[in-house]
Amino acid sequence: MLDFNLIPILPEIFLAFTAMGLLIVGVSGGNKSTDIICWAAVLSCLMAIFLLFGISWQRTTVLNDMFIIDQFGGFMKLIILLGMIASIALSVKYLYQEQMIRFEYPVLMLMACVGMMLMVSAHNLLGLYMALELQSLSLYVLAAFRRNSYKSAEAGTKYFVLGALSSGLILFGISLVYGFTGSINFSVIQTSLSNEGAANIGAIIGMVFLLSGLAFKISAVPFHMWTPDVYQGAPTSVTAFFAIVPKVAAFALIIRLLYEPFAPLMEQWSQIILFLSVASMTVGAFAALVQDNLKRLLAYSSIGNMGYALIGIVAGNEAGVSAVIIYLFIYMFMTAGTFGVILCLRRGGIASEKISDLGGLSLTNPALAYAMAILMFSMSGLPPLAGFFGKLFVFQAAIDGELYALAIYGVITTVIAAYYYLRIIKVMFFDDPVDTLDKDIPFARRAVIFVSVIFVLGFIIKPNLLVSSSQSAASAITAPQGLAVKKTIKEPPQAAAAGDRPSSTEAAATVTGAQDK
Amino acid sequence: MASQELLINYLPILVFMAIACVVSVAMILGSLLLGKQNPDSEKNSAYECGFDAFQDARNKFDVRFYLVCLLFIIFDLEIAFLFPWAISLGEIGVFGFWSMIVFLTILTVGFIYEWKKGALDWE
Repeated sequence: MLDFNLIPILPEIFLAFTAMGLLIVGVSGGNKSTDIICWAAVLSCLMAIFLLFGISWQRTTVLNDMFIIDQFGGFMKLIILLGMIASIALSVKYLYQEQMIRFEYPVLMLMACVGMMLMVSAHNLLGLYMALELQSLSLYVLAAFRRNSYKSAEAGTKYFVLGALSSGLILFGISLVYGFTGSINFSVIQTSLSNEGAANIGAIIGMVFLLSGLAFKISAVPFHMWTPDVYQGAPTSVTAFFAIVPKVAAFALIIRLLYEPFAPLMEQWSQIILFLSVASMTVGAFAALVQDNLKRLLAYSSIGNMGYALIGIVAGNEAGVSAVIIYLFIYMFMTAGTFGVILCLRRGGIASEKISDLGGLSLTNPALAYAMAILMFSMSGLPPLAGFFGKLFVFQAAIDGELYALAIYGVITTVIAAYYYLRIIKVMFFDDPVDTLDKDIPFARRAVIFVSVIFVLGFIIKPNLLVSSSQSAASAITAPQGLAVKKTIKEPPQAAAAGDRPSSTEAAATVTGAQDK
Repeated sequence: MASQELLINYLPILVFMAIACVVSVAMILGSLLLGKQNPDSEKNSAYECGFDAFQDARNKFDVRFYLVCLLFIIFDLEIAFLFPWAISLGEIGVFGFWSMIVFLTILTVGFIYEWKKGALDWE
């Protein structure tokens, strides 16, 4: 009756205990030990990656169906851990430069990481909520980490109030779903919904509430109001972290929710996601045009990027989900590099974050300017760079799903958004130089920028590495277990990708069949 | 329909809520309508052990009261968890035992943190 198999959650257990251990070490060593704890946190993320590779990614549920590990979850956790390593590495020196050396910083990041990994693996609405709260509470504290700054405190408060509102929406949605399907277990909800389908209005309303709560977390329009203020107010290293990691986790959660428990309601949720996607792309493209603060600009850029990623979910096929995963992976690398560059913009020990501060960077610090230019070209989606492929896969999935209008709209907003990315390049290369930057760029920051530029440039050489693994991750989640699939999912990635497309149409057929009854 | 049966299961709660509303409204309205309303300045003043209120209750006080209060709640809840756990330990077995040990460990880590941070020092 009791499920004692803890092997699949080994990475999470390891990280949780390391975080607590580091907390004790930190509190006995005081703030002097901050850098040691930061690097220990990076090391423990690396260890967690090894553990993650050590366990089997075969679909298994443990802890009485509370927790699931599958190819999708495993791959998303890998992305999250990589993002964690990048964002902790970016922030170590920043903590010292900005005099906010407190050892709680890396510990909070690790706690958030545990929350995000559990979120990806949730197989139960309560488990989902607990993981989400563990993540969010750590993020609220991080946003307000520079306590004596008015803006940082405002960012933290704003994020907390709106985050609490979204948690309320999620809980209300969960209670409705529980009330109308009789369970909080994902597979039971799925079975119950595939029997009743669209007849179950209460469950549909519950799902809408759940989705709006989660849209807060990925800052999709119209739930995006907190993003620019929080991005601007939070310390830059925290903003980098916000932009890199939590969105991946929230996206993974949305994908799992939509393709597992709510798969029978695809007709209903695809309308909602379609709206979120179109609205986010529009706001992301137009609102960013008038920004002059780099962090605010990147906030709107991230809103727009979430819109593009949502296209993949609307497409509702396996190619769509794998496109989302590829998109998020590439986006994560680009953002990490971009924030690495922004963190380097310091003059006389004071951080600057205005676009005009980039003026003439190509003369004062050419290496940084070229790195930023490559990243901006990639973000705007110019062909040989990684960002282009992310968008290509997403739009291709939309066309596969016969969403031509959406794909065209996506391309149009991409062109509009290209303006503000190119404007940054213009400022760097054609404007008069302002004062020179401080020269001491720490090694970790160089490394992150270097890796991200190499990734952006080199993706074209070996795209299959990422594409095939994200395809197998996507096939693990889109092949609906209870609905149509009679075969097991464990196949070589390529074969699974080719063989699974008919099975998802078959699934759709079964769903419509179930609704007819 | 299954969902309708499900809703019928909640009927007692609905009835209970209706009764609760009716009873509370009846009490308030009843005392309002039947009681003798004859206020004077003494009756309307704040009642504090028979004295007049000395000062406004909304003055500043030390934020550490909040801290102690929050810390107290955490450990009070821990006790509230421990009692049912101790009683049902025979039935929940090894799994239940270790679950609680993990919970206590996490709580202890928090306790060490707050102690070392000086949250328990008043001065």
